[in-house]
Amino acid sequence: MGATHLPSTEFDGTGIEDRLEAEAEARLGDPADPMVQLLAPDGTLGSDPVFSEYAERLDADKLRGFYADMAKIRRFDVEATALQRQGQLALWVPLTGQEAAQIGSGRASQPQDYIFPTYREHGVALTRNVDLAELLRQFRGVSNGGWNPKDTNFHLYTLVLAAQTPHAVGYAMGIQRDQKLAASAAAAAGNTGPAAEPQAAVMVYFGDGASSEGDVHESMVFASSYKAPVVFFCQNNHWAISVPTAVQTRIPLANRAKGYGFPGIRVDGNDVIAVHAVTEWALERARRGEGPVLIEAFTYRVGAHTTADDPTKYRESSEEEHWRAKDPLVRLETYLRAQGLADDAFFEQVRADGDELAAYVRKTTHDLETPDIRTAFANTYVEAHPLVAEELAWFEEYSAGFADEAEGAAN
Amino acid sequence: MTTMTIAKAINEGLRATLANNPRSLLMGEDIGPLGGVYRVTDGLFAEFGADRVVDTPLAESGIIGTAIGLSLRGYLPICEIQFDGFVFPGFNQITTQLAKMHSRSNGNLTVPVVIRIPYGGGIGSIEHHSESPEALFAHTAGLRIITPSNPHDAYWMIQQAVECQDPVIVFEPKRRYWLKGDVDTAAPGPSADPFKAHVLREGTDATVVVYGPLVPVALAAANAAAEDGHSVEVIDLRSISPIDFDTVTESVTKTGRLVVAHEAPTFGGIGGEIAARISERAFHSLEAPVIRVGGFHMPYPVAKVEEDYLPDIDRILEALDRAFSY
Repeated sequence: MGATHLPSTEFDGTGIEDRLEAEAEARLGDPADPMVQLLAPDGTLGSDPVFSEYAERLDADKLRGFYADMAKIRRFDVEATALQRQGQLALWVPLTGQEAAQIGSGRASQPQDYIFPTYREHGVALTRNVDLAELLRQFRGVSNGGWNPKDTNFHLYTLVLAAQTPHAVGYAMGIQRDQKLAASAAAAAGNTGPAAEPQAAVMVYFGDGASSEGDVHESMVFASSYKAPVVFFCQNNHWAISVPTAVQTRIPLANRAKGYGFPGIRVDGNDVIAVHAVTEWALERARRGEGPVLIEAFTYRVGAHTTADDPTKYRESSEEEHWRAKDPLVRLETYLRAQGLADDAFFEQVRADGDELAAYVRKTTHDLETPDIRTAFANTYVEAHPLVAEELAWFEEYSAGFADEAEGAAN
Repeated sequence: MTTMTIAKAINEGLRATLANNPRSLLMGEDIGPLGGVYRVTDGLFAEFGADRVVDTPLAESGIIGTAIGLSLRGYLPICEIQFDGFVFPGFNQITTQLAKMHSRSNGNLTVPVVIRIPYGGGIGSIEHHSESPEALFAHTAGLRIITPSNPHDAYWMIQQAVECQDPVIVFEPKRRYWLKGDVDTAAPGPSADPFKAHVLREGTDATVVVYGPLVPVALAAANAAAEDGHSVEVIDLRSISPIDFDTVTESVTKTGRLVVAHEAPTFGGIGGEIAARISERAFHSLEAPVIRVGGFHMPYPVAKVEEDYLPDIDRILEALDRAFSY
């Protein structure tokens, strides 16, 4: 059997050695590998042979909407961090710096798509119309989830890194089967027209740290083998708590897709227009049945990993300053103002809306009810379970004993 | 009634499931054209095609993880793990995701995944092919664990596992795959509830609780004990999570003595849980401490010495003798 029997890849892997070198040197600076960028840090709009077409679909309303979303979620992040500092939340996972990666990708999804987030995807949650106060339930300690994913097709946060990636691929395999079942049902009914249901895709988020987890590898193998309609969206925010990306990978993460046989694209994760364009391209491709894509959004976690973290122990503040100059909000504001697409009144309104959201979230968090442990008994299994029933009965009796005591004390 | 082996009964149960439910599918390594290393899925690929009988990449976490995703989309995946000792790459997905998804979602999501695992020793195989890891899963809330010991149960249990809305692990006693028995494919009869223990042999002097591969061993031990004048009741537990403590308690209340036997190591095993519960529930009926028979606290030994490790008729009789000595 000759080499011609080996599966071929449509992606050229030459130049890897050069890139290895370049990437190692580029850890703290600009990426040496080409990445898709449309809106430069100075707010000027460039062009791209493939993705400009997608950017041109965006009208002024959409662009203003991107800015409003990014500003809103940043304000939310500030409020949640404050709530943690005031002891109202056990922990908070800030997203500041990653607004463009999250809003750009989330806004490229459609309602019928299904999203599997990490625990930092508050911006994506916003684009999926998740009630942001519900996001805080988990961090308040009143739920391990907090919202019903069926309402918004936005799955629960998964805390075991990368464990959600095979779920996404399996879900995408289900979409493939739905389409086949619908086609055979239509054929049985004598209907040969196009399917009534819109085609759907899945998008799954993970980070540069989680990219080292075996589940990411296994997911990409499955996705490639079955050509599943799934977009792997990796936010390379440069730090896995205290460990830099160079420890996770010696090549740009997007390049790993080549090894699985599907496209990998690095995009400027602080450029909301480019992120949106690339994600829209990838999701459309997946919905058409052309298989998975890996997107690496090159961005930066400006704040701490969580409110329990202290970045001064492992990185220089100059690095943070370097990235603040690439701020995703500032560049879009510069562009909107320069193009005359938004004025002071708009930005004032955005600020007011953010404050309103913050006030809502603060009030709702304070009002979140502590659940009864009986709900945990009820939700362990779907069907009746004798051990759960026995332990619940014991708990009721035990609790009732305290009630009698309290009654006795009152008398 | 049809006579068939346990392997064939599972095969027929899977065939019935695939035929009756278009959203069910099988996933695993080598389960397609080969029919699985034990041929349990023999012929199903040809009958139902590659979308329903899915030869997966060789990745256990990927199998369980994608099965979870499929179930979230409304499918009923039935995963085959090739051998007991190979489940551990998928352990994270089973214990942190599959078991907890319903609870995590406050009851909004269900993940009715079925995982089939051939388990147990006595087949003269190499490392990782003879283990009994059921206690590791029984300790995890959110999972249900059942194990058939005969073809009739095997035929119905696999279908009941698919019908259950909770995730179910079916531990299949691999050294009994070729054990033959009568199967009523028309109705489950007394096997209608997969989580209920069965009294296989009635007795008055002692109770032996077993499950899966040790059921024939316990029945043989009870026969031998009868020759010595001891009337031994034998219970096939059938379900390891939940455990039907009512049936065991009722039996021990009658016999006053209990021996629990399994291939898995006794330390931290299912036998210990049964001993503790029964000592609470039937303390005043017990004439002797509950005695456990099981594997030693060591990695499953090499095939040439596994006979010294595995509970057999004599080990159960020795335990009964100890119980009778009180």
